[in-house]
Amino acid sequence: MMIRAAIVVCWVMAIGLALFLIVPLLVIAAASFSPTPVFDLPLTGASTRWYGRIGRLDGFWPSLLLSLQIALLSTAISLVSGTLAAIAIARGKLPGAGIFATALVSPLMMPGLVLGIALLQGFRAVGFTMPGATLLVAHLVITLPYVARTMIAGLARFDFTLIEAARTLGCTYPGSVLRVMVPALAPSFLIAGIFSFLASFDNYPVSIFLADVRTKTLPIRMLQYIEEAPDPTLAALSTLILTGTVILLFVSDRVVGLHRMAGTSD
Amino acid sequence: MTEAALPAPVAAPAVDRERLTAIGFVLPSFVIIAGVFALPLVLLLGVSVIDANGLTFANYRRLLGTPYYLGVIWNSLRLGLLTTIIAFLISYPAAFALARAHGALRSVLLATLFLPLAASVIVKAFAWTILLRSDGIVNETLIALGIIEDPIRMIFTETALIVGAVNIFLPFMILPIYAIVAQLDPRYAEAASTLGASPIVTFFHVILPLTLPGIIAGVALVFSLSVSAYVVPTLLIGEKYPTLATTIAKAYLLAREPGFGAAAGVVLLGIAIAVVALSARLSREPK
Repeated sequence: MMIRAAIVVCWVMAIGLALFLIVPLLVIAAASFSPTPVFDLPLTGASTRWYGRIGRLDGFWPSLLLSLQIALLSTAISLVSGTLAAIAIARGKLPGAGIFATALVSPLMMPGLVLGIALLQGFRAVGFTMPGATLLVAHLVITLPYVARTMIAGLARFDFTLIEAARTLGCTYPGSVLRVMVPALAPSFLIAGIFSFLASFDNYPVSIFLADVRTKTLPIRMLQYIEEAPDPTLAALSTLILTGTVILLFVSDRVVGLHRMAGTSD
Repeated sequence: MTEAALPAPVAAPAVDRERLTAIGFVLPSFVIIAGVFALPLVLLLGVSVIDANGLTFANYRRLLGTPYYLGVIWNSLRLGLLTTIIAFLISYPAAFALARAHGALRSVLLATLFLPLAASVIVKAFAWTILLRSDGIVNETLIALGIIEDPIRMIFTETALIVGAVNIFLPFMILPIYAIVAQLDPRYAEAASTLGASPIVTFFHVILPLTLPGIIAGVALVFSLSVSAYVVPTLLIGEKYPTLATTIAKAYLLAREPGFGAAAGVVLLGIAIAVVALSARLSREPK
């Protein structure tokens, strides 16, 4: 009797939670087709004119380009350095590997805003004030923890004797890494890449302190649009970004499976 | 011939070379973490206690000694606590249902957890400003259902803030709990009830302790995210709910008081480190 009641509560919470989480996304998508400049919901008609206006938002294209460049570059650098570090940690030949592994993921738990002001002070102290470059270097700390966490977990399951086996069978060392290790780690690589790209592309709290008038990233612009004059153009832009992300996640789900995305559930 | 002639001590340098390779592999990441993370945080500590005249604790006296700023610190903690408690109360039972779900239902439920993670915080907070306006959907639904007669003011209230924060940080609570619950062996609970334990005893003595690692991970994550949230309070409540995060931003972006902003940053950092240390300690303790 009591158990049955508990089961009902569990299901009510799960369904409620699913609806609660999905509502804001549906609202944004619906508002982007609003026929009027105010968000009259439920819709009385549908209009796609807001999508046409995205490109005309003040400073939109430079911001989009900047955010994409920084996200791609910082992800690429983090993937290389984070994977190398994860290999060294997994091989167990490194003194203090456990502490270093914790240090690598620790920026994830630190307030972004505090990191932002710390970097602003730090860069100023050493005279490093090149606008775009400071953003890129700062985003390395945002992306590296995601890569490190995923690659350390991925490599923990990788059997390094496979490389020895390939070499015994006549492969060169780089050849065996390329043919054995890279394919085995491809799913972890993809997940690490997606998570770190999104973390950088979405970042506001760190970027806000390092951006100047000409280097405003897309999230900084978007918050500015919301605070100045929110109209459905912003909902249209959000819907496009969301659709792009969903396609990215869907394709990677086909490739590696969504359950692995949790990073914890396997 | 040459192999046999190799002197024995060569084995030791080989180990050294492996260690050197390992150090070379971690070097780039070490430079990033030390130079762009650890050092700047240490420097921030310095900025908060040093001004033009040397060592000073004026920033901390102002922050910890005036009722207004004590209120600001309490606002941050309150936002973190309320968000964490509500998110936990929703997530914990839901994780059990999610773990029992199969097939298409499971895929749909998991998708609703991952999809919001793909949307930016700014976009979701913006959605809540649309939802909670006085002529927004929530008000109109409540009026249509006859629960209220006139629209109630929701946006720029603490209710809006907490609803938005719970919505945005909820996935970070349920995912770690779900990961543990999904691995839970149902035979433990069966064994307990076979041995005569009531459902309540089984829950508090078997299920709760077994799922504790997931709870600790989720609580630590959601608390540290919500206590330092900036976009959510800015968009959903604004000026009248100043937090440590909004105080930091104001000190740097408007007031040009880096010393004071740094002190507020150090306090927020202290809270974050305390949460990490506490959760690490709790999850290591034997059950």
